[in-house]
Amino acid sequence: MQERVPLPTSRPRRRWSYDRFQQRAAPYMFVSPFFILFLIFGLFPLGFSLFLAFHLWNPLDGLGNWQYVGWDNFKLALGAPDQFWVSLKITVWIGLLSGVPQHLIALPLAFVINQSLRKWQSGISTILFLPYITNAVAITIVFGMLYSENLGLLNYALSVVGLGPVRWLAQPDLVPVSVAVVVFWRYVGWNVILYLSGLQAISEDVYEAATVDGASKVQKFFYITLPLLKPMMFYAFTLTIVGNMQLFEEPFIMVGQAGGSGGAALTSAMHIFNVAFRDLDMGYGSAMAWLLFLAIFVLSMINNYLFSRGGGRQ
Amino acid sequence: MKKIAMFALVSALLAGTAHAQDKVTITVAAFPSLDTSIKAVLPAWNKLHPNITIKLVAQEFADHHNAMTTALATGQGLPDVMAVEIGYVGKFAEGKGLEDLNKAPYNAEQYKKLFTPFTVAQATSADKRFIAMPTDIGPGTLLYRKDVLDKAGVDPAQLNKSWESYLAAGKVIKAKTGASLINTAQSIYGVVSRTNLKAGEGIYFDSKNNLLVGPDNARFLRAFTLAKQVRTEGLDAKIGEWSNEWYDAFKKGTVASQFSGAWLTGSLESYMAPDTKGLWRVENLPEGGYASWGGSFYAIPTAAKNKQWAWEFIKFMTMDKSQQLAAFTINGAFPALLTAQNDNIFSQGVPFLGNQKARVLWRDAARKTQPIDVNKYDSVADQIVNTELTNVLEQGKDIKQALTDARTQILRRAR
Repeated sequence: MQERVPLPTSRPRRRWSYDRFQQRAAPYMFVSPFFILFLIFGLFPLGFSLFLAFHLWNPLDGLGNWQYVGWDNFKLALGAPDQFWVSLKITVWIGLLSGVPQHLIALPLAFVINQSLRKWQSGISTILFLPYITNAVAITIVFGMLYSENLGLLNYALSVVGLGPVRWLAQPDLVPVSVAVVVFWRYVGWNVILYLSGLQAISEDVYEAATVDGASKVQKFFYITLPLLKPMMFYAFTLTIVGNMQLFEEPFIMVGQAGGSGGAALTSAMHIFNVAFRDLDMGYGSAMAWLLFLAIFVLSMINNYLFSRGGGRQ
Repeated sequence: MKKIAMFALVSALLAGTAHAQDKVTITVAAFPSLDTSIKAVLPAWNKLHPNITIKLVAQEFADHHNAMTTALATGQGLPDVMAVEIGYVGKFAEGKGLEDLNKAPYNAEQYKKLFTPFTVAQATSADKRFIAMPTDIGPGTLLYRKDVLDKAGVDPAQLNKSWESYLAAGKVIKAKTGASLINTAQSIYGVVSRTNLKAGEGIYFDSKNNLLVGPDNARFLRAFTLAKQVRTEGLDAKIGEWSNEWYDAFKKGTVASQFSGAWLTGSLESYMAPDTKGLWRVENLPEGGYASWGGSFYAIPTAAKNKQWAWEFIKFMTMDKSQQLAAFTINGAFPALLTAQNDNIFSQGVPFLGNQKARVLWRDAARKTQPIDVNKYDSVADQIVNTELTNVLEQGKDIKQALTDARTQILRRAR
């Protein structure tokens, strides 16, 4: 342990010394860029949107021309049959359609890669991870070509086996499914990587001990892998919940700003965007943004509760 | 000799600085393809005012209007001249960030009679402020494939006599050629809802801000009923606009007619279906309906720096006949200025339309188009009504119920 070097006391005390100022201020100067940027781009928008949530404001009227309306914006969003509820239902539906299969497939896939395909692991991971880092616009164009009603590959394949054209991006009950497929495809690789890194953190010794005790591969998966993977599962689930509840770009580019046929894929984030920036009702938009935050918070807490209940979370 | 040279140099320098002091740059913010119209008039402007430089800032359509919304909200980064498209002019008019051109020093009241009447109303707010000068208009028109109609033996006049005869023609076309009547049933709603409005009515609200949408409104009831009929009788191709399927249908002639602005002719010719040249014709909308389908305006933000020159440039672009014609010939922007519409070029045939004298038809249609009141909640109503229409078309929802639900939802949002 190093002793603290005492400041030279013999030095004459001056009212202001550049050295002393520098010594005291330097640390703050070095950390200030983060705080300045955080204040401007993090804290201010947060506070401003909370402020706006209690006001009626058309941005075209200019800053300052807002009108206090109390809880009206929240009441509007929560009252039936507001589009906010509809959009929340759509968001959860697309989220489940894409999120549940994501984990049901990513986890066993990661297990198999970790157990039997170690040799090709990096190659496979790269391929699986590729959709995640691909530009959303490019993805959407490609899937647009697959889904296209008259010119698409999917319908061509169906026509070969004699099935009629399916309106993937026009029939209201199919649109969420078509969007969910893209979301699933895009993030499944990300989850595989998460689970792989979790699996690799599990010590080989545990498996060896189990082998000695005569455990089968399936038993090892359910009694060793799953319990020890719980922290990583909690992390991956949380990311999926947060990401899916804020789903915006895939449906926005695939079916357009209005959310496609009858707003069938109008997620909450898209609805908030439309209300704030198309209809220019900033207060109502901000109120919904906070309600969406609340919904995400509650869902994350439920997730947290479910994982900690088993006592397996370290 | 040396002195003279010195004198000449000094005076040249002085003249140079004096010259530099008069130099002004005004910023003009626009979107495609309106920026092409602006570029078309720049050479003439630069000749007339060599010291007034025009700095053109063009962004994509949605980006431009989002940027202008932000700029108006904060009062920062505003251009001197702001281009505004018809879809936004109502919202921007109700805001408080743009100059009222009725007032001095603009005194635009005297110029209003120079323009196609309905455009002036479009740029006027509920409290009668006139916030933007019209530059181009989009007369609504009915385009049809002459070859498909000939094959089916359908008289084009049947298309626009009435909506009933339009649908009847569609059945014949479908039976004889297999082609659909229209891309989507939603288009029928679009035209019926915006034509033959009563005086003082907007599409969704009247001039007193009363909501018109509802199960008792004959216009919406008929628009929904006709759209539903087109869908049930299998007359539409169920193709959305601006999709690859849409362009493909134009190329292959699988859709026989299309409602749009006159400008669609130019888009068909330039990129959607250039090979169909000569196969298209146009006529007026059914039942003597006239509608505006697009249009652009120029406004001056209250916080602009060079309002004087901004106004001069706007007047130059909107009220100078030769500039309006330059924008028309180079960019196909249909002039809002009446005198420009009387130019010889309008009586010439349009080659893409088999040399039909379509411009005269559009000009007359534009002059008969009634002003439609705009409302700041139009976009809210538009989204809600279209969603309900999809429920009717796709899920068999009852029409009266759909209109009742639409009314309830719009009333909640329009506060």
